[in-house]
Formats: sequence, structure tokens, C-alpha cells
Amino acid sequence: MTLDMRETWALVHGMVLGALFLLAFGGGIAGLWSLRERLVTGEGVQERLPRLMIGTTVMAVVAWLTVIVGTFIVYPWYRAPAPQGTTDLAEYPKFLLLADPNTAEWHNFGMEWKEHVGWFAPFLATAVAFVVLYYGVQLVRHGEMRRAVLVFFTLAFVAAGIAGLFGALITKAAPV
Amino acid sequence: MTVQTDTKPNGPAAAAFLAAGIGCFVLGVFTTLAEASTQVADALKLVKDVGPLSGKVVVAVLAMAISWIVAYLALRGKEVKFGQFFAAALVLVALGFLLTFPPFFDLFAPAG
Repeated sequence: MTLDMRETWALVHGMVLGALFLLAFGGGIAGLWSLRERLVTGEGVQERLPRLMIGTTVMAVVAWLTVIVGTFIVYPWYRAPAPQGTTDLAEYPKFLLLADPNTAEWHNFGMEWKEHVGWFAPFLATAVAFVVLYYGVQLVRHGEMRRAVLVFFTLAFVAAGIAGLFGALITKAAPV
Repeated sequence: MTVQTDTKPNGPAAAAFLAAGIGCFVLGVFTTLAEASTQVADALKLVKDVGPLSGKVVVAVLAMAISWIVAYLALRGKEVKFGQFFAAALVLVALGFLLTFPPFFDLFAPAG
């Protein structure tokens, strides 16, 4: 049971970093949701704030690492053109998918969407992490801003979710 | 417009959300432009093995970073109408989603 370099990086991209991002979202959304004066005491806010700050910062960092690894390490293997005359396309996932009309949409729709929309996650998560770090406990009093953070946090999750879902399905059809 | 003296002004938060929206929008614009024009797509091939995606993400990251710095400097220390900035950011993110959606940007692909 071994993993070659391509499989290892694909695993880091999809299972390690991607899963960490999606997991961090669960904790972050719960922390943000309950960050309200009527739900927690001042002591309670102080107690949970460091976790929220660490969680949102980790989520932003992990989102950047996920898209950088995905785009600059894994993606070149995915899109590498097959040499002329190659009949076995197993090492060339993009062309393997495009060679069969039944799987071509995994590239034309799935990969084309995934490779772009995934980048929204670090953009949105970074704004969220900045606001949580900058305002800290004051977010409790900035209701409008806290709701905005929740919306962006959720949109970051949606973007990462789309990318992650298509990543998993495409990998199933044509592994890197 | 009320200025709260006991809390940090909301300008920096508005700047952060706006910059993230601009990053998403710029990525969407360049995705559609690269689909519509092979010259644009070729110009975006900053890393050969990655193709046009490398240029699209570099331009979008730069757009986000620069707009964040400019907006932060303009809005720091200020209490702004946060809802308007956030609405603008949301519109930019929504446009970004639309412009990176394959059935949409395929409409601009050259025929044939």
C-alpha cells in the first residue's frame, strides 16, 4: 500500500487541507452565531474569542494553501497534454475525460468551475479572519458587521464546497 | 451617521469586505475574457504548466490586495454606512460567481 508523489499531493490538497477547511467552518460558524450579548456573558465571550480568532485564521491560511497547492502543483498534472500517439490516457486526466462524451462534462463543467470558484474561498475567508482579529470582542456590539461576517464565512464554505465536491467526483472519474 | 467612540470604527471592515468582493469579481472578469479571447488567454499564461489560470489568479490576488490597501487607507478611522459597502461587496461576489460559471462564460467563447 503506497502512494506516489501525485497521489500524495492530491491527498494533501483534497483530504488534508480541504477537509481541514470544511471542518474549521463548523466550529467557526457556531462561534460566530453565538457571539451575541443576549446569548453569552462577557466572560463567555472572552473565553470563546481566542478559539474563534484561531479558527478563522486557520481557515483562511488553509484556504490559501489548498488553492495554491491545487493550482500550482496538482492542476499541471491534471491538464498535462498527452504526447502524440498516446493511447493509454490514464496519466492525462483532462484528456481521458474529454475522450469520452459521457465524461467530457466532468471537465467542461466540473473542472472549469472548480478551478475558478475555489479561489473565492481564501478571498472571503481572509476578509472574515481580518474582521474577527481586528474587532475581537467588539464584534458582539457590531451586529450588522457580525452578520456580514457570517454571510461571507458561509459563502467561503459554499465556494470551497463546490470545489471540493467536484474535486472528489472528478478524481473518481479520472484520478491524478 | 452615529460615531461610536467606545468601539473601533467600521471603515476597516468595510474595506476588507469590499476588497474580497473585488478579488472575486476580477477573477470572474478575467475568466470570461480569457474564454472570449485567445490573446488574453495567452497573456495570462504566467506559468506554462498551469496555463491561463495562473495569470487569472495572480491578477485577482493583486486586485484584492491593492484595493484592500487603498480602501483601508481611505476608510481607516471612519464610521461608514456599512450596509452599503457590504451590499456592494455581495454584488461583486455574486458577479464573480456568475462570471466563473461555465455555462455563462461559454457564451463568450469564439464560435467553432
